Amino acid sequence: MREFRFAETVDEALALVADGFVPMAGGTDLVVAARHGKAPLPDRVVSLQHLRELAVIESTDNGLLIGAIVTHAELMGAPDVVGAATALSDASALVGSPSTRNVGTIGGNIMNASPAMDTGAPLVVLDGQIVLGSTGGERQVSPAELWTGPGSTSAMPGEMCTAVSLPSPPPASGSAYVRLEYRRAMEIAVVGAAARVCLDPDGSGRVVSASVALTAVAPTIIEVTGASEILEGARLMPDDSGASAIDGGPLAAIARAASDQATPISDLRASDGYRRHCVGVMARRAVEAAARRAGGATLTVPVNRSTGMGVSL
Amino acid sequence: MNHQFNLEVNGIVYPLDIDPGRNLLSVLRGEVGLTGTKEGCDDCECGACMVLIDGQPVNSCSYLAAQAEGCSVTTIEGIVDGDRLSDIQSTLLDAGGVQCGFCTPGMIVSAKALFSTNPDPTPDEIRIGLSGNLCRCTGYTRILKAMERTARP
Ligand SMILES: Cc1cc2nc3c(=O)[nH]c(=O)nc-3n(C[C@H](O)[C@H](O)[C@H](O)COP(=O)(O)OP(=O)(O)OC[C@H]3O[C@@H](n4cnc5c(N)ncnc54)[C@H](O)[C@@H]3O)c2cc1C
Ligand code: FES
Ligand code: FES
Repeated sequence: MREFRFAETVDEALALVADGFVPMAGGTDLVVAARHGKAPLPDRVVSLQHLRELAVIESTDNGLLIGAIVTHAELMGAPDVVGAATALSDASALVGSPSTRNVGTIGGNIMNASPAMDTGAPLVVLDGQIVLGSTGGERQVSPAELWTGPGSTSAMPGEMCTAVSLPSPPPASGSAYVRLEYRRAMEIAVVGAAARVCLDPDGSGRVVSASVALTAVAPTIIEVTGASEILEGARLMPDDSGASAIDGGPLAAIARAASDQATPISDLRASDGYRRHCVGVMARRAVEAAARRAGGATLTVPVNRSTGMGVSL
Repeated sequence: MNHQFNLEVNGIVYPLDIDPGRNLLSVLRGEVGLTGTKEGCDDCECGACMVLIDGQPVNSCSYLAAQAEGCSVTTIEGIVDGDRLSDIQSTLLDAGGVQCGFCTPGMIVSAKALFSTNPDPTPDEIRIGLSGNLCRCTGYTRILKAMERTARP
């Protein structure tokens, strides 16, 4: 690296990015990749760390606007996020260790575009949009438009992420993110799944719509096609009497759909067959947890821990 | 091109003139001369290099020294209580939570961050607080016991 600069305003950052500087937020991907020898540090780096306006979570009439340098530690605990975008809090709470969560940001996670990124599947099911800024103005893209492959995005030279916007959640809805992990910290998702479930506001507990997205089973995060059709009309929560009235059929069907649509690779962490099977299990668990939250149940963030998933203590 | 800036470590300001790609760990151990912070993996995996930046834990091996400009860095040397060991340190020693000692500074720094936001953590919260720190010697039990004792003296 030849040059390191702090931007003091967003405009200054955009001007430097237009000039070829590479943005750095926490550096937990950028600096670590350089230490791995995977990619040397870029020649010219602009740090976004001082941009306080990108470090805020804004709650508006239309939903949440999450600044690009908001950290995982903030996302896992901010009441607005836990309340309206619980799957995102679940995901951030699983990232790395306390230090990784303290330094790593949502913008870095999204723009790094790893197929194993934990905040990606939540953004998909929550209908998030990524705000890309440049000296020429700003535009919003959907996650599917942004991620084009492992480590690659459709952001143009000169563009950087300034925020993520999430619309207000529909009534009687809930979301959750779960992942398969071999240890409870300092881990990358073997596979993962996020779900959002919207129930009929009439209190019948029936699903009116749903979405499911998958982590680490394709070159990018993918959304499960047909998830809403599979789950529509299903009852996914026990009724008040505690008698289990869960419709097992649609849950089995969503697990099958997730496994069928996955195109995982084999690597040292898991074989393709194991990933394919387990992503179905994750999809079902995410849907169950999202449905329970939609029905008003409190499942502590992250749902991986509160439902005892992963290695027990 | 070298990068010139001031780095505040344990309340002292050090003027630096270094390659901007240098990590904080190597600058702390080299230029600043504080060797309590350890290099274990140099790969953001083990936590031996943990320091506090504005009170929050950071793996200094994977953080540029330049990123810390304008912040206050606290290393293990800044955690002692005057001439005496801090409570976390003496409890860890008494409990037999130190064997080779290589992980110890990082453990204590993570514990310091935990206790400063949560003075009375549950055993589960202690495990999460120390989850970025590996120890190859103790099997963790005595470290966790010491932290529980520090939490509830
Ligand atoms: C020990 C460890 C554990 C980890 N565990 C997990 C995990 O469990 N789950 C997970 O998903 N990730 C994990 N990560 C990866 C990483 O911490 C996250 O992806 C984090 O969110 C990255 O954020 P950052 O701010 O540090 O990114 P940086 O390293 O600063 O940037 C990452 C990339 O995004 C670009 N970038 C950053 N900000 C912007 C912006 N605003 N606009 C445009 N481009 C930008 C950079 O140029 C770079 O290419 C882990 C990393 C480590 C070291
Ligand atoms: S030396 Fe930094 S985490 Fe191991
Ligand atoms: S005491 Fe040796 S690594 Fe922990």
